[in-house]
Amino acid sequence: MTPLPSAGRVIRAGRLLTILGLLGMALVYVLALQFTPVEARQGMAQKIFYVHAPAAWGALIAFILVGVASILYLWLHDPRLDLFAEASAEVGLAFSAVMLTTGPIWGKPVWGTWWTWDARLTLTLFLFLLFLGYLTLRAAVREPVERARFSAVLGIMALVLVPFIHLSVYLFRTLHPQPILLKPSRPSLPPEMLRTLLTSMGVYTLLYLGFVTLRYGIGLRRAVALREADDA
Amino acid sequence: MPEAVRSALAIAGKDLRLEFRTRTALLSAFVFAVLTLLVFNFSRDQSLISTADLAPSALWITVAFGAVVAMNRAFIIEREQGAFDALLLAPVPRGAIYWGKFLANLAFVGLVEALTLPLFVLFFNVPLGRALPGLLATLVLATIGFVAVGTILSAMVVRTRFAELMLPVLILPFMVPPLIGAVQVTARLLGGRPLTEVLGWLRLLVTYDVVFVTLCTLAFTAVVDE
Repeated sequence: MTPLPSAGRVIRAGRLLTILGLLGMALVYVLALQFTPVEARQGMAQKIFYVHAPAAWGALIAFILVGVASILYLWLHDPRLDLFAEASAEVGLAFSAVMLTTGPIWGKPVWGTWWTWDARLTLTLFLFLLFLGYLTLRAAVREPVERARFSAVLGIMALVLVPFIHLSVYLFRTLHPQPILLKPSRPSLPPEMLRTLLTSMGVYTLLYLGFVTLRYGIGLRRAVALREADDA
Repeated sequence: MPEAVRSALAIAGKDLRLEFRTRTALLSAFVFAVLTLLVFNFSRDQSLISTADLAPSALWITVAFGAVVAMNRAFIIEREQGAFDALLLAPVPRGAIYWGKFLANLAFVGLVEALTLPLFVLFFNVPLGRALPGLLATLVLATIGFVAVGTILSAMVVRTRFAELMLPVLILPFMVPPLIGAVQVTARLLGGRPLTEVLGWLRLLVTYDVVFVTLCTLAFTAVVDE
């Protein structure tokens, strides 16, 4: 059996990263509300964008890393990869919940509706449901190695599925604002807004790292305790 | 015939023989599909939504739910008396076990669909006409996708608690791309549009099938090997 690293140091590192991330979030709020111009047509409602888009970013990183960790697990059979995938999926679920709640709050004043079956909305809803399904499966398998194998297979399948969902719902229809950051031409945001957005994305990345490290540490502690209980 | 193909066919044959001796699962899956069709008919305001508008979604929800119910059975029959452990002990490649189960499921779900389709035509007054070949092709393509994913997922959920509830939760997101494609194709074909108009969707269905049949064949080893 692969020896597991001590959980204490991981948890301390996670706690530190999380505190830094939370401080950064306070900075983002000040920056967004005080030092970023109000968008001309959407008004104050647009401010939620500085939370919504970075949360979506965090959920996306989480999702991709679950898939990558799953592939690596089936290859290397290292239980730490499984623990990491579990941590990343849980954090991803939280981030996509933030994304799915902030979206409608913005959509009501700007689009005039809480929800619409737009391509990107549908995709993110499925992302949320896939995280949920993944964690439900984990909860339903008791034996650790079997749980790791099953969830790795599901993680890989989900990673392959998302482009298909994206393509099919996109062909179905779309209404969502088009990408403003990652597009062939230059980003079309005024520099102050871009600065706030990029700061916020950095902060959310830090928060993702903090949460995942913390959750990974907890998973590690649990795994070690379970092994000791088995040995005893 | 290569050894692996023969093993796969033997496993599929065993499953189907088992099924046709009792016919309980087939009958209940069929009755379930018919009931879903009936429920659909009463789930709308008839003065607002015409039968023709409802037909594509009614067909595909019925097919999707029927497939889920039918596939739940595939590995549950192996759970009894450690049958699956015996199957794993057989000197057969894991991929062949997957394909055996896949083919049996395909035949089973296909049969349920074949029984349901005439009733769908009858209940929803569908003018099949020239749409039939296209519709059959769509049924085959979408079913391959459903069954490819369903076979591997049912092999996993059968080892969990609440297996019967777990499969729908896990499989429905995977059914969405083929389902969207199939509904779009069906709506256009039943509306008398030519097949050339839906080629993009059919290509999506084919790609989905190729990708997931390959992926699931490869990943099946990870599901069953201790």
